[in-house]
Amino acid sequence: MPDQNQNRRRSHGWMGIHRGHQARPLEWLAEKFIFLVSLSAILMVLLIFLFVAREALPVFLGQTNTALVQKPIPPDDLDKHSPAELQAYLELSPAQFAKMEKSTLRTLLEVKVEAQDEIPENFRKDPDAQANTTEWKYLLHPHQWSGYDHPESIWQPVGQIKKFNIVPLLVGTLKVTLIGLLFAVPLAVGAAIYVSQLARPRVREIAKPTIELLSGIPSVVVGVFALLVMASVLQGIFHYQTRLNAFVAGIALGFAVIPVIFSIAEDALTSVPRAYTQGALALGASRWQTAWQIVLPAALPGVFAATVLGFGRAIGETMIVLMVCSASVMSWSVFDSARSITTTIAAEMAEAVNGGPHYRILFMLGALLFAATFISNMIGDFVIHRFKNKLEGKR
Amino acid sequence: MNAQTTNARTETRHFRAEKFDFWSFFFSGLTGMATLFILGILATILLNIVINGWSAISWHFVSTIPKKDFFDANTTGVLPMIVGTAFRVIVMTIFVIPVGVITAIYLTEYAANTSLNTRIIRAAVNNLAGVPSIVFGLFGLGFFINFVGKNMDRGISNFGPSLDNILQKYLHIHLHLSASDSSPVWGQPALIWASLTLAVMTLPVVIVATEESLKAIPTGLREASLALGATKLETILKIVLPQALPGIMTGGILAVSRAAGEVAPILFTGVAYYMASLPGHLSDQFMDLGYHIFVLATQSPNIEQTRPILYATVLVLLMLTFALNIVAILIRARVRKKLRAMG
Repeated sequence: MPDQNQNRRRSHGWMGIHRGHQARPLEWLAEKFIFLVSLSAILMVLLIFLFVAREALPVFLGQTNTALVQKPIPPDDLDKHSPAELQAYLELSPAQFAKMEKSTLRTLLEVKVEAQDEIPENFRKDPDAQANTTEWKYLLHPHQWSGYDHPESIWQPVGQIKKFNIVPLLVGTLKVTLIGLLFAVPLAVGAAIYVSQLARPRVREIAKPTIELLSGIPSVVVGVFALLVMASVLQGIFHYQTRLNAFVAGIALGFAVIPVIFSIAEDALTSVPRAYTQGALALGASRWQTAWQIVLPAALPGVFAATVLGFGRAIGETMIVLMVCSASVMSWSVFDSARSITTTIAAEMAEAVNGGPHYRILFMLGALLFAATFISNMIGDFVIHRFKNKLEGKR
Repeated sequence: MNAQTTNARTETRHFRAEKFDFWSFFFSGLTGMATLFILGILATILLNIVINGWSAISWHFVSTIPKKDFFDANTTGVLPMIVGTAFRVIVMTIFVIPVGVITAIYLTEYAANTSLNTRIIRAAVNNLAGVPSIVFGLFGLGFFINFVGKNMDRGISNFGPSLDNILQKYLHIHLHLSASDSSPVWGQPALIWASLTLAVMTLPVVIVATEESLKAIPTGLREASLALGATKLETILKIVLPQALPGIMTGGILAVSRAAGEVAPILFTGVAYYMASLPGHLSDQFMDLGYHIFVLATQSPNIEQTRPILYATVLVLLMLTFALNIVAILIRARVRKKLRAMG
């Protein structure tokens, strides 16, 4: 009995590494190596988070400044200001700032004052020109821009005054994603019920891999199809104004999400113990009644997880939305154009100056997206895990 | 397992309710329609592309390097895009297969199934599979180009000349390491960074497929090998891995077909709008089929004229990814049949 215990402890080892290989150094080394390589997946998730967040950090710390007209710091006052102030004023990174000598800083300040002098007089009076549009209140709340009638949320990263309000992007993302899910979930779950519960084995064997083949179509190809064919067909049916809008993008997004939801939901429905089905059928229920009243409720957590994971997939889909609609309008209407977060990043990163405020904000949006999908993945995985455990426990 | 369920299912079909129930009929029909509708979408997309693309595809189209104006239907070609896509995918495979296979080996052969680090690794793999592709693009830009690449450039410009001297003096190799003084070589979008970004993205695909094939190998084989005196490492290298080879190939093919169609991760990490020559070096930029489709579809001056070449390019990409997918499915089917015959 004590012997067994010792063996068990040994086979688990420290952090899963088995001990007792000291007699065979090669084995021991190989095992350590394999363990270390297997940590790469964890490392990658951490690195993604770290480096996307690193590029976005200045936005969170308030170190970016887009104000065109700033209260100038005369070069003579160099010593009166703290290094942090100077660094923010000159739009330098800490590393750059640390390398600068006093004389270089002085020249930079002089250049800055000259640049300020060149701004036209009428522009100088514009309150917007003095605003740092990367502050949170400009990012999240509607603002009364000069030249507009009432406070508005605007994303307009080019031009003299850069407007970075992310609310239109959030609305656009939600709009497109929700349309996609509303279209995809009923279809995919319906098909999953049919394929797993009602279809003949032969139909099932053909239908399942064929539907999963849909996920093999690259999203640019779905985008092309939506752009050239679907947009016209849907406009013919619904007679709306703009040909390319959030509705078309959402439906096309649905195509990309259907295989994800289908295969997870189908998996969940199939894993419901057969005793449930047989019991219901033996009591005289029809196949549909069994599927709807017995199997679906039992597999509901799995179907829920499928929807959540589908949401994660839909919110991160880039190319389809990028090809179908791109204008950033603040509107909840389904038949207006919409611009999602992914689209914004893909379309604007090439123009953004490396390290500039626009670049930082795009990375911040990326971090936001990463957080959203991370959470939805976690929820989905957790629910599936519990669902499977429960089924196994009951058996 | 699969065969068993199928058999049992045909048996239960005899228990069908005798009374005709309208709502059952109606809803069964509805779910059947949903299935048909999805299959219909798939068929429509494929047929639309094949019918429109087939007439425009030709040997000339596939084997020509286009001039600067690639919207012209008569002189354009997609050779550099095919080469670029193939190149980036091959480089990706070199990185992703070893890492993915080793991780899968750890998860199935070494780690206890319920231990903490197995669970963490699995959670990380699942998460990696769900990260949006555009975030991988940002990661490639922030990590590979702005961090790794820039630091490589800095290192080369600092230590390159002296290293070059040493190499030349003792080994008679000249690497021209000092030539990169002025312009960045690695600290800019390049094929290697695009491939590495894609390798990170497809890591879960390889891990999951390999794990599946490793799990399908009967424990008896491992036990027999161990009983004959082979060590664990020998068992893995000589018994387990050869058996799992088709599964590993399937994983690799699925990863390749996924990566070949992705555009978002390479947007900022290496793709070029136009290049006059084929990519020849890992630090070159490249043209890409998927990105080219995007350009043709959205930036054409005359969409009616570019429509045929757009469809032809889509067909080329689709044939590439579908051919790979079908090969993967066939290998998988053969392996399953073999396993069924064995067990």
